[in-house]
Amino acid sequence: MEVKREKLGPASAPDDFRARQLLSRDMLRGDLEGEALERYVEQSIMTTTVEKAVRWSQGNSIYPMTFGLACCAIEMMSIVGARVDIARFGWEAFRASPRQADLLILSGRVSVKMAPVIRRIYDQMLEPRWAISMGACCSSMGVFNNYALVPSDKFMPIDVHVPGCPPRPEALMHGILRLRDKIQGHGRDGWRERYDAVGTEEVFGEGDSSHDGAINVFPGGDTAGA
Amino acid sequence: MPDATGLELTAHELRDRNAESILDTNFHRGRAELRVAPAHVVDVLTGLREKGYTFLASLHGVDYYPEEPRLGVIYELLNMHEVDRLSVNARLHTDDPRIATATGLFPGAEFPEREVYDMFGVVFDGHPDLRRILMPEDFEGFPQRRDFPIGGEPVLFTYNEEKSYGKWQ
Repeated sequence: MEVKREKLGPASAPDDFRARQLLSRDMLRGDLEGEALERYVEQSIMTTTVEKAVRWSQGNSIYPMTFGLACCAIEMMSIVGARVDIARFGWEAFRASPRQADLLILSGRVSVKMAPVIRRIYDQMLEPRWAISMGACCSSMGVFNNYALVPSDKFMPIDVHVPGCPPRPEALMHGILRLRDKIQGHGRDGWRERYDAVGTEEVFGEGDSSHDGAINVFPGGDTAGA
Repeated sequence: MPDATGLELTAHELRDRNAESILDTNFHRGRAELRVAPAHVVDVLTGLREKGYTFLASLHGVDYYPEEPRLGVIYELLNMHEVDRLSVNARLHTDDPRIATATGLFPGAEFPEREVYDMFGVVFDGHPDLRRILMPEDFEGFPQRRDFPIGGEPVLFTYNEEKSYGKWQ
């Protein structure tokens, strides 16, 4: 690439700081008129919608809920630390009350008995609110896919799923940035759209019903998996 | 641990006390085990407690699936003076599994017995408060039995997202 170096001469004077300073002094004094005023306004005002501005600030000031379920919570705690510093994005104030929190990070396995408790905490949070499902157990029950657990999609809406067992703090950070994009209204598409892979979903035959129900479930009396 | 001879002597003493109580003894890999008739388990536990096995270290259930009787309730006893451990194993059939409670002798058996009831469905007669302890109270079935299905909820993937029930709208 060719690098072009030239000295800033009088030609670039309107961009000069001193010149702009004088221009704004003139404007404040009321001396600017007509075309000069139009140009001045055009240069110094940014237009946006209130909605966009609010979303921008919401995405940069999330209060997560102080809430851990299992081993993923250990990884979740480390995102507050210095290495992957969540405070860079204004998310660092973990709130101990659902009334003050905007984000629920489900970090760990959710048992059948815990699900109503979590649902209640989620209901107590004020709108707008978001939820991240962290780790395999919470999204698909992972290694504990048995009678005791329930996936989080079944009882509350989840915005971002972070896979892993447990996910590294960087992975959670990636999920958090994704959620921030989503809140600010420019969420990236899913990986299928990004990698141009639409139409590659898993396909099963018409008569194949073995995947409809729970995985790992055997017909009554069959103890092959026991 | 009592050695094999010590185990036989203990079994003899208990048979003198109640002839029908001990069905068998088993000494395997250094572990002494008494197989007892479920109807006389409290008798056996009382006798052992008088002998010095005053601490019930654990009480748990097992499902020995192909064998019959299938269910086992195992009491792990500890003699703290001689540092001897002894297992007491009572076998039960799955249809109407009932056994007398040990809470009269060992009050600490209350929660383990509730757990065995929760997971295996063994009813402890005389238990002060026999409810489920781990699973929700309206849960059906006994999940640690071998004939209980392992899997639970279907997992939502892209292929079954539309068809699967219960997706939060």
